Amino acid sequence: MNRRFVTALASLLCALMLGHGAYAVQPDEVLGDPALEHRARLLSEELRCMVCQNQSIDESDAELARDLRVLVRERLVAGDSDSQVLDYIVSRYGEFVLLKPRLNLRNALLWGAPVILLLCGGAIMIGAARKKRGSEVGALTAEEKHRLDAILRKDA
Amino acid sequence: MDPDPDIFRVSRGDVRRQSSGHAASQRACGAGVDRCGFSLVRAGDVESVRAPGSGTIEGRDLNPILQDVGLAIHPPLLYLGYVGFSVCFSFAVAALIEGKIDAAWARWVRPWTLAAWVFLTGGIAMGSYWAYYELGWGGFWFWDPVENASFMPWLAGTALLHSAIVMEKRSALKIWTLLLAILTFSLSLLGTFLVRSGVLTSVHAFATDPSRGIFILCILTLFIGGSLALFALRAGTLASGGMFQPISREGALVLNNLFLTTATATVLIGTLYPLALEAISGDKISVGAPFFNLTFGALMVPLLAVVPFGPLLAWKRGDVYGAAQRLMTAFAAALLAVLATLIFIDGASVFAALGIGLGFWLVFGALVDLAAKSGVGNAPGRVAFRRFLGLPRSMFGTALAHLGVGLSVLGIVGVVSFETEKILAMQPGETVDISGYSLRFDGIHPFKGPNFTEDRGRFELLDKNGNASSQIISSKRFYPARRMPTTEAGIKTMGFSQLYISLGDQTPDGIVVRLWWKPMVTLIWLGALVMMAGGTVSLTDRRLRVGAPSRRARQGADKTRPATI
Repeated sequence: MNRRFVTALASLLCALMLGHGAYAVQPDEVLGDPALEHRARLLSEELRCMVCQNQSIDESDAELARDLRVLVRERLVAGDSDSQVLDYIVSRYGEFVLLKPRLNLRNALLWGAPVILLLCGGAIMIGAARKKRGSEVGALTAEEKHRLDAILRKDA
Repeated sequence: MDPDPDIFRVSRGDVRRQSSGHAASQRACGAGVDRCGFSLVRAGDVESVRAPGSGTIEGRDLNPILQDVGLAIHPPLLYLGYVGFSVCFSFAVAALIEGKIDAAWARWVRPWTLAAWVFLTGGIAMGSYWAYYELGWGGFWFWDPVENASFMPWLAGTALLHSAIVMEKRSALKIWTLLLAILTFSLSLLGTFLVRSGVLTSVHAFATDPSRGIFILCILTLFIGGSLALFALRAGTLASGGMFQPISREGALVLNNLFLTTATATVLIGTLYPLALEAISGDKISVGAPFFNLTFGALMVPLLAVVPFGPLLAWKRGDVYGAAQRLMTAFAAALLAVLATLIFIDGASVFAALGIGLGFWLVFGALVDLAAKSGVGNAPGRVAFRRFLGLPRSMFGTALAHLGVGLSVLGIVGVVSFETEKILAMQPGETVDISGYSLRFDGIHPFKGPNFTEDRGRFELLDKNGNASSQIISSKRFYPARRMPTTEAGIKTMGFSQLYISLGDQTPDGIVVRLWWKPMVTLIWLGALVMMAGGTVSLTDRRLRVGAPSRRARQGADKTRPATI
């Protein structure tokens, strides 16, 4: 119930903001230094607009997204590295803000799954191939050979 | 929502005709899924059309961003895909109940899988193009949970399509194919649940209703749980089939399955992980596009790199050096593309160049496959041409589908790596240059549509002499019924590339304009169309068209013609 309410509120907020919304990155936000701006854009794509539904701050129109975009640029101008900027934002907004979760124990399964599945799948594949080759038809037993000879002789 | 029942009716009729022996159980399964599908479709019925309360003079209107012809095509195509896979599912359940599965099973299932796959491909591509032009920020894929929900059955269905070939031709991978048929439909059901229950937040959440969620969850548990239990119980009794060397057509198709199912699982885990984590530990994390791009991309690159080898390997025991020799032309073309990208495009990264190379490798790999099979280079031109015309249609299907994948790769790499963007405030009369094109902004003109008002921004594309050569209109609409604004992007297609303009707010400096040059972007969807064409051509293959005892064959007239394999 509570969760549903929050979701509804968030979508309402988003809808309202769309109404008189800025549209994603605004000309006045853009930094003078193209290299710094490029980094800011890349970082924005990795940060979630938290009042929207699955949008990054780079593509969102919400006020909060704009604030975060400005914040990212402020930190970059102040001389932070990319990871320092992300650390700073996470320290204020929590890990929920990261669209690419960090590689830690809690997310081990998430990041590990593709590798584990690929390796296990590969192992099963090779195992099955080995087993099959093992069961491949061996030489005929003496009795089988005898029978085969008999059949061939009859045909001839 | 009415086309679905008809599809099911056809399916049952067909099952009856094709296998009188197993008709009873298969029909029963088909019918069971039929009911389920029915209720699901009803359950999935959209809130947007719910009748207004009595006394309401005017309804709220359909959500404006859904008021688009793309949205009239996209959902039915997806439905046809899901429904088609339900037929494969009932075939799989029937096989488990009968305890019998053979190459004939694979042949009956093939047209259903192919048709479902063709529709699902179309549905996803259509949805992607709709999002691209309608949502106004020019992205073609967002890794939104709802997109993932349709993408997972597609990936699993693609794997099924390939493993069923092995089963049909070599009666190997039987149990695995059954499992895939079950999983593909299960993922369709899961998608319906995720999308319609509201457990995931998504930009696509147009009609969520938690009470409906419980109902879908029950169906889900019943079908997935039931079929998997049946699978666990009966799969062991099915005889496993033919043997093959690791380097062979079968081996290549197994590799395809390994990567595709891992990719499916990755998307599934990425979509559900935040939910599971929150339920277990209460921690909230987000899994978004950057995660999927990295993991899914890393899985797709090796798979796509070996695609051209697959069709050139022989069944049972393949010759990888022979295939590599035949692929030299394709490899040379790809290498040339890589070098050309690095030399001629400013600021092209090595990754971007390799991506373009991968696209060309796939496209030329598909062409080489057809050339090799018609004996180009080994036989005189006329003979090769005759052989080319005589190739089974399924071979054309394979080549076309793989070529389509290559085109899509080219489009994706092109737009992701070489897109240019400009964000600026413009006054009427101002011009802006982007990627060698000059655009003049002519100002905003109000316009009134049937149920909306809009501000149209007119842009003139200028030629070298500064004369207007063509016009692009980008507008901001407002739908009063819902009090909702939308952005209508202005798009001009030039070759395979597009100029994309979307309007922002009015500021003191002028109106905010976002401009993109999107090189080769249309190839993404063109590639999907070519894939669909491939699937359709394969569907008309002789072995799927010719019924078991055709009239001509009974008269003995057709005995001399060998069946095409």
